[in-house]
Amino acid sequence: MNPLTKFIFELQEISVLIGRSLAGLMRGPRYIAETIRQMDLIGVGSLPIVLLTGFFTGGVLVLQTFPTLEYYSIQSEAGRSVATSLIRELGPVLSALMVSGRIGSAISAELGSMVVSQQIDAMRALGTDPNRKLVAPRLLALVFMLPLLTVAADIFGLMGGGVVASLLFNQEGSVFIQSVRNGISTQDIIGGLIKPLFFGLIIGSVACHKGLSTTGGTAGVGRSVTNAVVISSIWVIIFDFFLSKALQVFLDIGRI
Amino acid sequence: MQSLENEEYVAGVEEVLEATDLEVPVDEPDRIVPAIEFRDVHLSFDDKKILNGVNFVVRRGETKVILGQSGGGKSTIIRLILGLLKPDSGQMLIDGEDVTDYSEEEMIPIRQKIGMVFQEGALFDSLSVYDNVAYRLHEMGVDEDEVEREVRRMLSFVDLEDAIEKMPDELSGGMRRRVGIARALVGDPAIVLFDEPTAGLDPPTARTICELAIKLRDLQDVSSIFVTHEMNNVSYLSSEYATVTEDGQVVFEKEGEKLCLINTEVIMLRDGQIIFSGSDERLRSSPDRYVQRFIHGK
Repeated sequence: MNPLTKFIFELQEISVLIGRSLAGLMRGPRYIAETIRQMDLIGVGSLPIVLLTGFFTGGVLVLQTFPTLEYYSIQSEAGRSVATSLIRELGPVLSALMVSGRIGSAISAELGSMVVSQQIDAMRALGTDPNRKLVAPRLLALVFMLPLLTVAADIFGLMGGGVVASLLFNQEGSVFIQSVRNGISTQDIIGGLIKPLFFGLIIGSVACHKGLSTTGGTAGVGRSVTNAVVISSIWVIIFDFFLSKALQVFLDIGRI
Repeated sequence: MQSLENEEYVAGVEEVLEATDLEVPVDEPDRIVPAIEFRDVHLSFDDKKILNGVNFVVRRGETKVILGQSGGGKSTIIRLILGLLKPDSGQMLIDGEDVTDYSEEEMIPIRQKIGMVFQEGALFDSLSVYDNVAYRLHEMGVDEDEVEREVRRMLSFVDLEDAIEKMPDELSGGMRRRVGIARALVGDPAIVLFDEPTAGLDPPTARTICELAIKLRDLQDVSSIFVTHEMNNVSYLSSEYATVTEDGQVVFEKEGEKLCLINTEVIMLRDGQIIFSGSDERLRSSPDRYVQRFIHGK
């Protein structure tokens, strides 16, 4: 099978997987307890790494941009530069990449090992649709939790930026905060929340698809995990570009 | 669809009975309808033919032992019955109902009347023995008291009541298979499929698994398919029967003058085709060199 055909074939399979899982939500049985468990695993479980990533990303942004801003004598705009790049781009994308690494790998490993040990077949044989029982709760949890994680990453990123501006560049905290407030608009925040909805769907569907299509025993599980993380990360970055363009058009974001 | 096909079967048999002037009352007409029927089933993966025109019938209360080398398509038959795979052509009927083109959604009620015992047990790692056996009932939203009663009944059938609180990784290979059997039997399915349930087990444990299959066949009237490549299993299943003594104990007796077993047949697969179908006696006396080599190993 040539790479293009393979790509289209996989895209079709992932679309069918999403379609079946969402259709399953319309009818019973609904796995509410499992969805809440996944939300806890994905949301609360990923919080420390997302907060750390956000904090140090915000810090390094100020560290790198402050001297340049100082050169142009607009160092008071440091907060604006951190806020726009974090809320529009880095918050959603970095959170998605961290979650892809932590949760995408876990989902594909779990489902992949269930496939190779015939647990998925057993589930189907016992009259349960794995799309409803396993895929739908994970997709829902990712779509709901990733925007919340992104908000947390944004807030900690701004805090990191503020700490660096204040401690290393002796900028007044109030100047930084005022600059942040001037820099972000409601559209930026809405756009920053729309992106992770799609990223959650991408990470969940790619990870579930890779896990459920595992072949070749335990070595196959390893391959699925690698593919899930690599492919979902690449898709997040590619999709981010097109989403940013769409949001610029529809929400008028990015025009200062 | 199902009732229509059942009616056709029954009408056909009644016609034959009338034509032959037999006055045998058909008190349970549904028993005439085979539990499982394959009609000219073909399946290929890429260029490799896995099943090439497979035809067979499993009657009510019958055990069909499927023999053949590894990779010969034995387990594929079971996966087709469950709808985990779809054939390229041919028909598959469960209880007279043509399930060949059923969607995943349509297969769910069909699967609920079939119990499946997987090769390694396929227990859910994250669930205890209790939750594994109770899985189907939990999915159906059955009351917890009733679930516990049913789980204990099934675990006592496989003699594993003591393991109820254990996790699958605390069980031996044989215990995992027995828990798998208990899980498959919840809801008293009329059809049970065994996919190499004795592979890799020591002889006494393998014998225990076969005894469970015999009990299901003789005491609970379950129709089953038993996929294996071990001749010991064939000997047990086709030459012994289970009966209950006056004091309620289950004993296994050998067929002989008292009883001749007709509810177990063997089919042998080779390269996706059935090359033998009949009793174990006919299998052992078959002149086919492949069959003889399979039985004697040389």
